[in-house]
Amino acid sequence: MNTILHIIIKEFLQIRRDRRMLALSIMAPIVQLILLGYAATTDIRSVPMLVNDQDRSAASREFICRFTNSGYFVVEQYVSSSKEIDHYIEEGHAWLALVIPPNFGNSILAQRPVSVQLIADGSDANSANISLGYAVQIVSTYARTIMAETLQRMSTGDAGHGPAARPVRVNPEVRVWYNPELKSAHFMVPAVVALVLMIVTMTLTSLGIVKEKEVGTLEQLMVTPIKPYQLIIGKLLPFVIIGAVDITLVLSVARFWFGVPMRGSILLLYGLSGLFILTTLGLGLFVSTISRTQQQAMMTAQFFIFMPFMFFSGFAFPIENMPHWVQAITYIIPLRYFITIIRGIFLKGVGIAELWPQALALLVFGATILTLSVLRFRKRLG
Amino acid sequence: MFRRIRPILTKEFRQIRRDKRSLGVLLVLPAFLIFLIGYALNFDVKHAPLAVFDQDKKQASRELIQAFINNEYFSYRHTVGQDREIATLLGEGKALIAIVIPPGFSRELLAGRDASVQVLVDGSNANTATAVLGYTSAVLQSFSSKLTMRTMQRVGRELYLPLDFRPKVWYNPELVSAKFLVPGLIGFILMISGVVSTSLSVVKENERGTMEQIMVSPLSTRQVIIGKTIPYLIIGLLGSVLVLLVGFFLFDIVIRGNLFWLYVGIGLFLLAALGQGVLISTIAQTQQVAFILSVFSSLLPTFLLSGFVFPIRSMPIILQILSNVAPAKFFLIVVRSVILKGAGPGAFWDQLVFLAIFALLTLGISILRLRKRIE
Repeated sequence: MNTILHIIIKEFLQIRRDRRMLALSIMAPIVQLILLGYAATTDIRSVPMLVNDQDRSAASREFICRFTNSGYFVVEQYVSSSKEIDHYIEEGHAWLALVIPPNFGNSILAQRPVSVQLIADGSDANSANISLGYAVQIVSTYARTIMAETLQRMSTGDAGHGPAARPVRVNPEVRVWYNPELKSAHFMVPAVVALVLMIVTMTLTSLGIVKEKEVGTLEQLMVTPIKPYQLIIGKLLPFVIIGAVDITLVLSVARFWFGVPMRGSILLLYGLSGLFILTTLGLGLFVSTISRTQQQAMMTAQFFIFMPFMFFSGFAFPIENMPHWVQAITYIIPLRYFITIIRGIFLKGVGIAELWPQALALLVFGATILTLSVLRFRKRLG
Repeated sequence: MFRRIRPILTKEFRQIRRDKRSLGVLLVLPAFLIFLIGYALNFDVKHAPLAVFDQDKKQASRELIQAFINNEYFSYRHTVGQDREIATLLGEGKALIAIVIPPGFSRELLAGRDASVQVLVDGSNANTATAVLGYTSAVLQSFSSKLTMRTMQRVGRELYLPLDFRPKVWYNPELVSAKFLVPGLIGFILMISGVVSTSLSVVKENERGTMEQIMVSPLSTRQVIIGKTIPYLIIGLLGSVLVLLVGFFLFDIVIRGNLFWLYVGIGLFLLAALGQGVLISTIAQTQQVAFILSVFSSLLPTFLLSGFVFPIRSMPIILQILSNVAPAKFFLIVVRSVILKGAGPGAFWDQLVFLAIFALLTLGISILRLRKRIE
């Protein structure tokens, strides 16, 4: 125990001497979370649109107003030719163009069918899909209003014949659970918390042992009577402490700065975050044992851990959308389980009854990876 | 000039060659990651798991359910008999959306009155929820129109659809999100490999003390920095060929525009990324700090601030301004214009200028910092 304590003191001395490092491991998570929490939004508002009104009648103006009043669209430019549309969309200044044909107002008055054209820049498929959805709703609501007016005129014309003919409709009464304002920040911020936490703790540990190897001080430690497991515990504990501080910081930022609702138990979240940190520290250590130089450690961490974790964890891209063989890969990504946990506790308020499979998976991962790195480490010594 | 740089180039290349693993990582891994991650990039919402609680169980309610079943955006998973079950299904994520059809639904519609259904959505993923709600209201709209038409026919009147619209989607008619995301991924991966390859370069020699040796040679700081950048520029350009090939063969990423301009973009972008790496390595005192700096200045901002995944237009103004520190932002505009839109340099020359400025600034500041350190 005493030996471990000495290593811990040595590590802390080293950390304290490297002020920049200490500042980075405390400040970076907060700054990153605040910035990225704002950036990670998929909400689509004020879609820049072009209008080519070839009719210029009262009806067409009213129709355009329906777009601008919806709050989803902003008219970027009124254009007069399709060539201009090409230009604006190609340069990305507008996402959507509305073309109203010259006979629009007359046709509506004369009760003739008429078509408008919507041109969307499909290169950003997600934004295009959502803005087209908004546009479709506006067009069909307008069509419905006209239909209702026509029918009313028709039935007042020959009152008394047959049952009242009016358009019936099925109205959705929408209730959105867990995130009623549909703010993507509430979904993304907890995931960014998980990501930042993982990156900080892993970066710190992954260079820990390689550094001593490279500088040559590992040999010195080896000839002392310190046992490998003592060395590893002593090296990890300081990072566990920094990790715990980081958890507190980033959770506070998520809760109080971004106002993400906390519906579940904060204690449970703390406990499971600890479990997650165990995994990331273990991974960091593992990278450390398989790398010869710090550069290799860095590449391994970035390319083999951070990147797959970002993409296969369901952080931004829903796992259900992936092909089955890719879904199978996601099961070996510990971050996947932690993101389910953190989103579940924050937004849905679920407890250990629902989250035990994820917790168990994290535990298994943490234990396996820690054991593996200790074994690898010992072999190097032997 | 070149004669002076040559020895340092040879030295760098020899060092790279000796570290086979790093060379392999920088050359082949980007293409491999595109292959793997490309399949994960998908925003398209299809087959949303649906739960239905039919309290009516008459013809109209069954027809409505059928309309949802026939829609490819939904997949009918659960028949529910109690409100409580819905809460469980949504809570555990087994259903994304639940529809409750109230008793008397068919009666109301037959009597010519409006009816309503309850739509419960798991909103935790706002993006998916918005898309699913859009599809739901489209299903209900067309269901309503069908009913109206039928009523009209029954009373012997013909009804026309007063307003129709023809959507036309450019560049990506099927609205496949991968078409948009894979070019972004190319930028993301090139950025990371660029920064990773140079961010330890100077600090490593500093830590080991070999920098002193280079300094006593007649090389100028400018030559040292250029000599450390060029080998990785070459490796990066080679890696990008592989990346584009994978994109073409696996993800149908056809380059519609001019390959020459695409490579001008890639070259400038790699220089910007390498410049950022070199700058980090002149700022950091230890490799550990350099590592953290490179992760926090390249990995996360390129993922979140460059417009790769999240539209920059939706961000708060401050972040929109701040997004200009991510060179990938400019490159993504170039790469998407060339690949998806087939646009010429007229559409993106300003982005190329920004990239060039970024590269000159980072490399220039690195030279100054290194010079100061020596003196």
